Amino acid sequence: MYSEKVMEHFANPRNVGVIEDADGVGEVGNPVCGDVMKITIKVADDRIHDIKFQTLGCGAAIATSSIVTEMAKGMTLADAAAITKQQVADELGGLPPAKMHCSVLATDGLKRAIDDYLVKHGREPIGGPILSEDPDFDPHEVDEECEV
Amino acid sequence: MKEMEGTTYLDYSATTPVDPRVVEAMVPYLTERFGNPNSLYRLGREAHGALEDARERVARSINAAAASEIVFMGCGTESDNAAIFGIATANGRSSGHVVVSAFEHHAVLEPAHALSKRGFEVTELKPRTDGTVHPEDLEAVMRDDTVLVSVMHGNNEIGTLQPIAELARIAHARGAAFHSDAAQTLGKVDVDVQALGVDAMSFSGHKIYAPKGVGVLYLKRGTPFAPQMLGGGQESRRRSGTQNVAGAVAFARALEIMDEERPTEAPRLASLRDRLVEQVLARIEHARLNAAEAPERLPHIANFVIPGCEGEAMLLHLDAAGFAVATGSACSSGSLKPSHVLLSIGLPPELAHGSLRVSLGRWSAEADVDAFVDALVPIVEKLRAMNPLYEKTIAALTRGA
Repeated sequence: MYSEKVMEHFANPRNVGVIEDADGVGEVGNPVCGDVMKITIKVADDRIHDIKFQTLGCGAAIATSSIVTEMAKGMTLADAAAITKQQVADELGGLPPAKMHCSVLATDGLKRAIDDYLVKHGREPIGGPILSEDPDFDPHEVDEECEV
Repeated sequence: MKEMEGTTYLDYSATTPVDPRVVEAMVPYLTERFGNPNSLYRLGREAHGALEDARERVARSINAAAASEIVFMGCGTESDNAAIFGIATANGRSSGHVVVSAFEHHAVLEPAHALSKRGFEVTELKPRTDGTVHPEDLEAVMRDDTVLVSVMHGNNEIGTLQPIAELARIAHARGAAFHSDAAQTLGKVDVDVQALGVDAMSFSGHKIYAPKGVGVLYLKRGTPFAPQMLGGGQESRRRSGTQNVAGAVAFARALEIMDEERPTEAPRLASLRDRLVEQVLARIEHARLNAAEAPERLPHIANFVIPGCEGEAMLLHLDAAGFAVATGSACSSGSLKPSHVLLSIGLPPELAHGSLRVSLGRWSAEADVDAFVDALVPIVEKLRAMNPLYEKTIAALTRGA
């Protein structure tokens, strides 16, 4: 099932909450699918100065949200926007195949918050497509090993 | 129970520990009386005698007309598969109409689905929001070529009881056979196959404090049946394979204990369940009992929706706090859809993701129920505080209600 690190982040999630005067906000997911994530960021010198999240979802959704905020904190916007779902999963010591889509949600939420900040400041977005909202996105096919 | 120290087990509908009295009855058939019941020498005869004694005791408990109507199988799923495939395809039949309720266990739904790929037409009959299949709804989908109807006796997730006798009458009036999966009801309510009027009924050992790996198919004499397991012709050719004698003995003993204790145990469990429902609804804002308006329900199952919380997250936190329960959230199933049972009774997916099933049993006590609710309250608070949509969800819910 879940790795110890997933369970640790699930039980003690880091950076939970909302930054009230956030510079960027990213919200992804859908309650019909059971997962919703909101990331708020504070930006200084093109770096993520502060980051908080709120997530409705399963153990993996909460753990991936928590770890992605930890990874992104202090990073440049460009580096943070480039974090991949695989890096998130690896950082957690792996995820069960059926849960890989949760890491997509976490990186999507982060990318959307970064782009929200950039667009508000008249700059070009850098996050790229939001994978979890692609109509062809099949959460069970995100990974080659993801045969369910 | 000693084995359960450290965990408050509230998932008796998933499985049960084997009762020590059942262990005591079965162990000799694993050790000194290990014979093959099909062997002619003394050891074999001894095993055969125990197997037939078990068969008679099971037959008596469910009021079968003859012991030969009891077929021992490997599990409840095998019993369901055998009934669906065995009755639908009896006498070489390769087409026809089959009706199953939409909230059947997958052990019935999947065989029905397989039949639909082999030339049969399958209707999935929806229960109503009270968690019950209404006889007039079955009546409306019956056809001249309907060969089999399968509706479970009690639902495993929401615990609602179905009007089996009436449903069976409707099936028979149109010449169809009637099967019912009774894995959840055996021992918990009175199961009388003749009063219910079923042609076939499926049971599982590990739901009644017998071990995993033994099931029973009740097959009324004269019901056309194509065996699914072929081989040495055991169980009067209906299920080949050397019988699990110890399992059969355990099944019969477990059922006997259920029957003996039911007059006091069923009301005890019902009052424990009522205490649980009352506390959850009182202490957790916006919590709901699923299929609350069901006319009849099993005494030991309560299924809740906790809006604003996802089921697997609740389950994992509860596990860390020492409680074992189940959820119908998508995440628990490995698919993206929440419980087909909850969806079938009209629950929207966003609520079905937040379901919790608590099922009580022989070693459940008032203190367990109270401690469970004490543990659940802060978990719900924590998860709701983390939910970015909580206010919206509750506003929509309040508007809807």
